[in-house]
Amino acid sequence: MSKKILMCGNDACGEGAMLAGCTFFAGYPITPQNELTAYMAKRMVDTGGTFIQAESEIAAINMVLGASAAGFRAMTSSSSPGISLKQEGISYMAGCELPGVIVNIQRGGPGLGNIAPAQGDYFQSVKGGGHGDYKVIVLAPDSAQELLDHTSLAFDLSDKYRNPALILGDGLLGQMMEPVELRTQSPGNNIQNKPWALTGCAGRKANIIKSLLLGDGVLEAHNIKLQQKYATIKEAEVRVEITNAKDSDIMVVAYGSAARISKAAVAKARAKGIKAGLIRPITLWPFPEKAISDMADKVKKFLVVEMNAGQMVEDVRLAIYGKAKVDFYGRMGGGIPTEDEILAQIEKIA
Amino acid sequence: MKKNTNTKVIKMPEASRIFKRPDSLRDIDNHYCAGCGHGIIHRLICEVIDELGIREKVIAVAPVGCAVIAYDYWDFDVTEAPHGRTPAVATGIKRTRPNNIVFTYQGDGDLAAIGTAETIHAANRGENITIIFVNNGVYGMTGGQMAPTTLAGQKTATTIYGRSLRREGYPIRMLEILAPLPGVRYLERVSVHSSHETLRAKRAIMKAFKTQVDGKGFSMVEVLSMCPTYWGMSSIKAAERIRSDVATFYPLGVVKTY
Amino acid sequence: MKVVKAKKPSGKIKIVKDRCKGCYLCIVNCPNGRIKIAENLNVKGVKPAVFSPGNCTGCAMCAVICPECIIEVYR
Repeated sequence: MSKKILMCGNDACGEGAMLAGCTFFAGYPITPQNELTAYMAKRMVDTGGTFIQAESEIAAINMVLGASAAGFRAMTSSSSPGISLKQEGISYMAGCELPGVIVNIQRGGPGLGNIAPAQGDYFQSVKGGGHGDYKVIVLAPDSAQELLDHTSLAFDLSDKYRNPALILGDGLLGQMMEPVELRTQSPGNNIQNKPWALTGCAGRKANIIKSLLLGDGVLEAHNIKLQQKYATIKEAEVRVEITNAKDSDIMVVAYGSAARISKAAVAKARAKGIKAGLIRPITLWPFPEKAISDMADKVKKFLVVEMNAGQMVEDVRLAIYGKAKVDFYGRMGGGIPTEDEILAQIEKIA
Repeated sequence: MKKNTNTKVIKMPEASRIFKRPDSLRDIDNHYCAGCGHGIIHRLICEVIDELGIREKVIAVAPVGCAVIAYDYWDFDVTEAPHGRTPAVATGIKRTRPNNIVFTYQGDGDLAAIGTAETIHAANRGENITIIFVNNGVYGMTGGQMAPTTLAGQKTATTIYGRSLRREGYPIRMLEILAPLPGVRYLERVSVHSSHETLRAKRAIMKAFKTQVDGKGFSMVEVLSMCPTYWGMSSIKAAERIRSDVATFYPLGVVKTY
Repeated sequence: MKVVKAKKPSGKIKIVKDRCKGCYLCIVNCPNGRIKIAENLNVKGVKPAVFSPGNCTGCAMCAVICPECIIEVYR
């Protein structure tokens, strides 16, 4: 059993990055992820890595682009409005097929919003965010431990597929203090696996990293290649956790903090004799369409719980494709649902 | 003539080639307009890189602008960057690969409009990179719109009646803005409007790269360049315009050195 | 020993005719007027700059200014 430390989710995320061999971090202060930038500032200096407090979130994502192009594991973090700023850079990284990890500790929006936890960036994360046809791998932790585990995993997936990966957390997860085991399965960075990286052209042809493809049909061919990559990721990397899979009459679907609270509501429902269960997508992209669709063959009542106006519910409805009834319960603008609110919704539907 | 054993005839050597394309500059046609300064500046950079023997260490960051496909002409590692973010990308590369030689190549919009913050902060952090700033007073690639460096009265696609200082503000001198920053080591403004000035430009670019090779800090060379197409004149007149107009507002010479 | 005066060094340039875009910066930068505009069009549809032998010293000012890097200089 490796070391267990009481730490906040933001710090756990940072340690997950360090354990995965991240040696470059650029960020900008924004609540509620400031602990993460401060953590990386210290850890990078301590270990001889690079920490830059950039002049903006835009500069930060572009520094990550550069470090990634140079063959290193690089990360940036921000919260909702700052992630909006990074979208252009993320699109470029996807187009250039560059790895890199972006952490979004969500807050209330739109606009400046507030600093309370929210899940209003689901669309931004899985439907694009930036311009063009691309996807980022999106992981949704529900605890400080998962913030560590998923960040470490994100580096591996990002390198494996040469694609940006995004950790979709929120202010509740980022701030909460929990015991976290400092563990990783990541083998760390391996420059040998990155023959495309810019290292200086000694002993090889010059490498060019670009997403501008002006030749006739060339960009379309590149997009086809990217789509094939995304299809491969969809086949291989879906992660989902299902509670009470075998005998539920009503399934709650939620991720992150909403899932954590829903888990408690589901337990309370069971105690009252209601056969409730929970589907917790861990990868939001690739979305666990099949798991949800298969569940809809048996279960005819779904309740999607989110901390937004209804975003993931659309993907749940698409996956279920009319086979079952889908209800939604959401809190917006930083509102956090309680177990009892969710329980009341379950009772209403059951 | 009677051969005298004391006569030594010194034969003149055959004419040797004293000027050729540098190895780092790919031997292909470029897409730039006739008389555009980019072709000259690309070559100067390649000459300097070859003379310093650093080609295998160089990692360049290309701009968005007419030179967006500069990587087609340079035989060393190059990356694209989103418009204006070039110095940030260069920072990410140089911090993780301090032994590589990292330079950016940027135009007016990239460096002095959308990328102003990135330019100033890379300079302020004293990043050990080299920036080659091509100042031709317009946005060429997109059709000749006003640039931050467009001169007062100059007609462009977005200043049809001529740049109005009241409406559009003043042309901006980036080197003079960066000079007071302690992290900045070497700044010089040069031009490619004549062979003579082009040789000076090469010396400045050489010094800038040497500044980085010697680990001395941030260097930037601003190169006044012709854009015959969007200045609406012949190449020869465009070159003359730099001498008579542009260089009056953007004085040539060293702005900061060590 | 008798010193015989050798021939004066002279210069020569080669311009790749079909890659010339006709900017003529080489012409105005040549101190000896050794570059002229050709009579006929090249493949690009312009009248390229052509070398006119004479008192070329091989100073290479033409090559230095050529944006296409298509001039080689011999001395």
